[in-house]
Order: sequence, then C-alpha cells, then structure tokens
Amino acid sequence: MALLLTVGGLTSTGLYLITARSLSRIILGFSLLGHAAVLSLLIAGGPPGTAPIAGKASETSNPVPQALALTAIVISFGLTLFLLALAGRQQLLSGDDLVEDDLEDGRIASGQNIETDQ
Amino acid sequence: MSALVAATILAPLFCAAAGLAVRANSPLRDGITVVGLVAAAASAVALLVKVADTGTHVVRVGNWSPELGIVLVADLFATLVLPVALTIIVVVEIFAIGQRRTAWGANPELAGPLLCVLTSGVSLAFLTGDLFTLFVAFEMILVSSYVLLTHQGQRDQIRSGMTYVVMNLLASTLFLIGLALVYAATGTVNIALASQRIAELPDGVRLGIGAWFLVVFGTKAAIFPLFSWLPDSYPTAPTTITAVFAGLLTKVGIYAMIRFHNLAGMDELGPIMLVLAAFTMVVGALGALAQSDVKRILSFHIVSQIGYMLMGLGLFTEVGTTAAILFLVHHMPVKTVLFLVGGLIENEQGTSALASTGGLASRRPLIAAFFAIPALSLAGMPPFSGFVAKFSVIGAGMAETSSVAVIIAVVAALAAGALTLLSMTKIWLGVFWGEQSAVSTGQGSVETVGNRRAMVFATGMAVVGTLAISFFAGTVFELSQRAAADLHNPATYIEAVGS
Repeated sequence: MALLLTVGGLTSTGLYLITARSLSRIILGFSLLGHAAVLSLLIAGGPPGTAPIAGKASETSNPVPQALALTAIVISFGLTLFLLALAGRQQLLSGDDLVEDDLEDGRIASGQNIETDQ
Repeated sequence: MSALVAATILAPLFCAAAGLAVRANSPLRDGITVVGLVAAAASAVALLVKVADTGTHVVRVGNWSPELGIVLVADLFATLVLPVALTIIVVVEIFAIGQRRTAWGANPELAGPLLCVLTSGVSLAFLTGDLFTLFVAFEMILVSSYVLLTHQGQRDQIRSGMTYVVMNLLASTLFLIGLALVYAATGTVNIALASQRIAELPDGVRLGIGAWFLVVFGTKAAIFPLFSWLPDSYPTAPTTITAVFAGLLTKVGIYAMIRFHNLAGMDELGPIMLVLAAFTMVVGALGALAQSDVKRILSFHIVSQIGYMLMGLGLFTEVGTTAAILFLVHHMPVKTVLFLVGGLIENEQGTSALASTGGLASRRPLIAAFFAIPALSLAGMPPFSGFVAKFSVIGAGMAETSSVAVIIAVVAALAAGALTLLSMTKIWLGVFWGEQSAVSTGQGSVETVGNRRAMVFATGMAVVGTLAISFFAGTVFELSQRAAADLHNPATYIEAVGS
C-alpha cells in the first residue's frame, strides 16, 4: 500500500512537472515518472523475498520484473542525458530552455491568414 | 530458418557498429551500411517465402521457456510487413547517398549507422513475441529517431524535436507502466500467453489494459487527439530521414495495435477506435489542406492515412483486419516515395514551399510522373494500390453498417479520400504547373546538386515497388487474408509459441 501511494505521488508530481514550459522541469518530471514506472514493475513482481539465486530453498523474490526494471532504468538514464543535451542546445540557440510553440500555434496566435501561398 | 530471423535483427546492428569503427567520411562506411540493410531486407524476403510456405516459425532466444525468456515469432503478419519495411530503408539509403553534401542531406557521418540501428529496431518490433521486447524495440527505434531528427542542431529541429521527444518519452513511460499492469494481471509479458490470460480477466481489468495500450500505441501511431507532435517535427528533418519516419515509425505503432488488440480480443473497444479513426482521417486531411509546404502537407496526410488502418482494426472482423494489413503494406512505400519526391523538388527548386516553386512539369517530367503515381495511389484512384487498400477498408465497413460508429467511420473515410485528392491537386498546381517563380530559377542557392542520378534511381525504384504492389494486389490480398485469419484465431498463434 505504501508503495502504491509512492507510485501515485511520483506519477502525479512527474506529470505536473511535464506540463511546465521549461525543459529542465520536464527532465525532472521524467526522472520521477521513470521511478514510478520502475516501482510499479517491482510491485507487479509480488511479495519481496531473498535474492533469487538458483538452488536456494527459501522463498525468493520474482527475478523477472527486476530484470525488466533494470533494462528500463538503463534506457531512462540514457534518455535523461539526451534531454539534457537538447536543453543545452536550446540554451545555446535561444538563451533559455523553454519549449516553444509549434508553427500552427504561432500562426493562430498571431492572427495571420493561414492561406499565405498566393 | 532461425538464422534468417536472427539476420534481420542482427545484421544491421553489427553493421552499425562496424560502420562506426571505420573512419567517418570514408566510402567504406556507406558500403557497410548498405551491406547491412540489404542483408536484412534479403533475409526478410527469404523469411516471407518460407513462412508463407511452411507456417509460423518460433525462435526461443537462449532456449528459455516463453513465460520467462524472449521469443521471436515469425508469423505471416510479421513477415509480410517486414520485407516491405526493410526494402524501403534500402531505397532511402541509396537516395541519401545521392543527396549528401547538398543543403538538405543528412549528416552522412551519423545517419548511416543510426539508420542501421533503427532498422534493427524495426525488425525486432515486427518479430518479437513479447511485450517487453516490443518496448525495447520501440526504444531502439525512438532513440535513433531522436538523434536523426535533431543531429544537425538547427533551431527548427531543436524546437520541434523537443515536442517530439517529450511526447514519445511520455508514451514510453506509459508503456512501461502498462507492462507492469499486464505483468501484475497475468504474470507474463509474452504476448501469446498474456493474451490468453487477459481473456479470462474480469471485464474492467481487461478493457482497462486494452484502453491503456490504445493510448500508448496510439501516441506512437499518431491517432486523433495524440498526433500533434508529428506534423510539426517531421518536415524539419532532412528529407531522407523524414521519408523513413513517414514510411515506418507510425506504422510500427499501428502494427503493435493490430497484433495486441486482436490477439487479446478487445472487441468492445471497437466503436471507440472507429470514432477516433474517423476524427484522425478527417482532421489529418483538413490540416493538410491548410498547409503551404509540400513536406508539411504530406506530414498531415500521414495522420490522415493512419485513420484508415485504425478503422480496419476497429471493425474487429477478419475482413477488417485484412483491409488494415493490406493498407499497411500499401501505405509504407507510397508515403516514402512521396517524401523522396519532395526531396527531389527541394533539390531542383531550392525549397519545398508551394509559393516559391512552379513549372517543374515541363522542366523535369520524370519527377512529375514520380509524384503523380504515388499521389493518385494515396488518394485511392484505381488502378493503383491505394484503390485496392481503401476499397477493402470501406468495403469491410459497409459489411457492418448496423452500428453508428461504423457509419461515421465510412463517411469519414470517403470524405478524407476526397480531401486527399484536393491537397494532392494543390501540390500539383503549386509545384508542377504554373510559372517558374524567381526563386526556382536561381539555382545559385544550391551548394551542389548532389548525385542526381542516384536520387532519381532510388525514387524510380520505389515507384516501381508501389506499382508492383498494385500489380500483385491479388497475392498481397491473399497473404493479408491469411495473416488476418491467424490473428483472429489466437489459438494457432498461442500453440505455435507453446508454453
């Protein structure tokens, strides 16, 4: 139950951070969401036990979700670095790390006539 | 046969590593890339021939039981889509070699090896038999696509790349949580075993999982409310990169949906999918009409066309799935060719904006022909492959007209078809007819024209490929029918994977 609440807290905080404009907040949000995902994989693996080593008689924990979680951690680590690099590049180009409006949003906001090709 | 399955995944991966090992701008790197891609495509074709003949082939990696280990399943659906996808990548690579060192070419030092990794991911996504490996395959595809999209570091690419990366990363995280849900509910992530056990779950849990994966795969496939990242980011990348993305990335999402939702029997989600499909088709086509750049028009049409495939799936009948698979096979090459023609236009005129192009039909009739054939096919004109594909999707819908959702989808499909023809006409008028505008005559803005012969050859090959699909439509249809029949009898798939 405590784990479930933790997952809930991490997910909601992470999602809140992702809705921010600045990429550094989004990166923090993704780190939290990544933790939430990994924790939910662990919860899915059932009750904890001793280290799952072949030949041991006692109750071991389920190794499969742990293997999945490990893969997921590595991937999210790499992607966090990539996002940081992206934020760095944006900083270099525009002086901040804000996610900008896409072209359509920009056109609508400026009230410009969409049909400009004539 | 196991060697063929392994070759489609590993050959490009090894060649990516080997390509990075040699000096950056030596022709050897191009050679290694082409060898890896051709090897993968050739083994995919061989695999299709064998699987069509002898039936599903299963590879248990490391000989683990399917419940624990990775299984690769070469069934007819996977092996039908795979050769088409891999051949496209080979064609695009030839085009890319021709286009490099022009203003629009991808950075050749990186693009080759990254394209190999992407190819390996695509093969893995099509062939994998478990959801977690599917997640890893998606990540392989996405990570290389992130880099391919932003590696030139131009302002536009970074701006749209941020949206692209954030949206896809969010979908991946949701995928991971979805995996935890499936594992908690069924105790396995193997698609065959999980779908068998999902069928026995209470309705709420079962449809919850189905809806969760509809969102996850729907984001990757760019269906209606989740598509906003696509039309903004694709046109900013170098043409060859966009061509690969357009042909393959969203299609992998739809492929995963067709496989998972059919095997797990999510029929109740059908009406929702049909309404979403209707919106996807119409909104994509309307969005395209509002654009004034060839690449942006085509990008919006990717969204629109995804709707047709979703509609075929949403019917949850064997005829519907057949139509969706047929559409998938038709759509991948057609979309890629259109983007390659976009690249040729850029190369000739220095831009792909409709306002500053014109009169290309008289100067380069071959390019005009290369555009006309896939454009008519995209709009669904007979005798091209698009006609067969659209006709079977709409025909499958007409067979089920008792439900309101189906009627909405059929009407939307017809409307989107007309709108597609309209925006293809718009490109034709803007680029191929009319006066040559000031910008287009001044070739001075082009640094070097690149190897035009290689580019035209690659585009021509792809056009011939799309024509071949319409010429052999009977065979393709029969294979799609068999693949759909397999998907609708999960028992055969589950039996093949074993336990």
